[in-house]
Amino acid sequence: MESEQKDTSLETLRQIRSIMERSARFLSLSGWSGVWAGSVALAGAVVAYLWLKEAPDFAYYHGTYTAGPPAAQAFEGYLEDFRSYMLRFLVLAAGVFTVAFIGGFYFTYQKNKQAGVKMWNAASRKMVINLAIPLAAGAIVTLAFAYRGDWIYIAPSCLIFYGLALINGSKYTVSDIKYLGLIEVIIGCGSLFLDPGYGLYLWALGFGVLHIVYGIIMWRKYDQ
Amino acid sequence: MRKELEQLNKIFDSRIRIGIMSALIVNEDINFNDLKALVDATDGNLATHLKTLEEHKFIKVEKGFVGRKTNTVYSITKAGEKAFRSHLDALEKIIRSIS
Repeated sequence: MESEQKDTSLETLRQIRSIMERSARFLSLSGWSGVWAGSVALAGAVVAYLWLKEAPDFAYYHGTYTAGPPAAQAFEGYLEDFRSYMLRFLVLAAGVFTVAFIGGFYFTYQKNKQAGVKMWNAASRKMVINLAIPLAAGAIVTLAFAYRGDWIYIAPSCLIFYGLALINGSKYTVSDIKYLGLIEVIIGCGSLFLDPGYGLYLWALGFGVLHIVYGIIMWRKYDQ
Repeated sequence: MRKELEQLNKIFDSRIRIGIMSALIVNEDINFNDLKALVDATDGNLATHLKTLEEHKFIKVEKGFVGRKTNTVYSITKAGEKAFRSHLDALEKIIRSIS
């Protein structure tokens, strides 16, 4: 009788724990989503690298013209050239984001379908909202840097805001995501003080390599 | 042992009610459909248990609309939180007292 009571109590506690977790966190993210997103980011970075090899030397312009009316005029000229040149990178970035997102969504959708659970619930909604807010702010800040010609801040701001979004969203999904977010923020902050020429490499490290590594870790931990 | 068994709240004797309380204690509020998926119950069954918990003032019910559809959200009350926490403590004591 006593051990029976203990077994039912243990079983009840186990159920309570499981419901608490499932209701507050969206746990069924697929590791493949990370691997996919990382691979797409790397491919995008390679295209950007090839384009940049042919690029006019914008590094020379940045911060060179600071005072006086002729300088201001030159800067206006620089901005105009830069903005029209920047356009195709924006299209590339939007394309990379869309393809990464669709594929990432697909793998997580498949995982949930196989497990027979509803994907859109209170927990996943919270996760998406909490990811989306810092991400949207980051997109606006990054676009503003691009618009103003401050290209040296584009890669750092992508990394920093994306990392902050992950840290924010991690409260509603697997907590491992928090550490991925922290690493992204550290790389982003670090890149602010490095030669801006390394921006693309660090971007590829943060969005490409780290996603693939994390995807594999998550896959081994939760999907197998 | 008997003392501990008495501390268990009879209202939380059902799997579904336990499920509802577990979900509400870690979330600000949850709507009917999400609760249904979480505790794995039929509409009628879930509604009955929610009614009982509401009558005991353990949960609050707010009826609203999303577009034209009704959207009823549930949240835990202070009394409900207290009762559920002491129920958990009692369960824990039972397990400790035997092991």
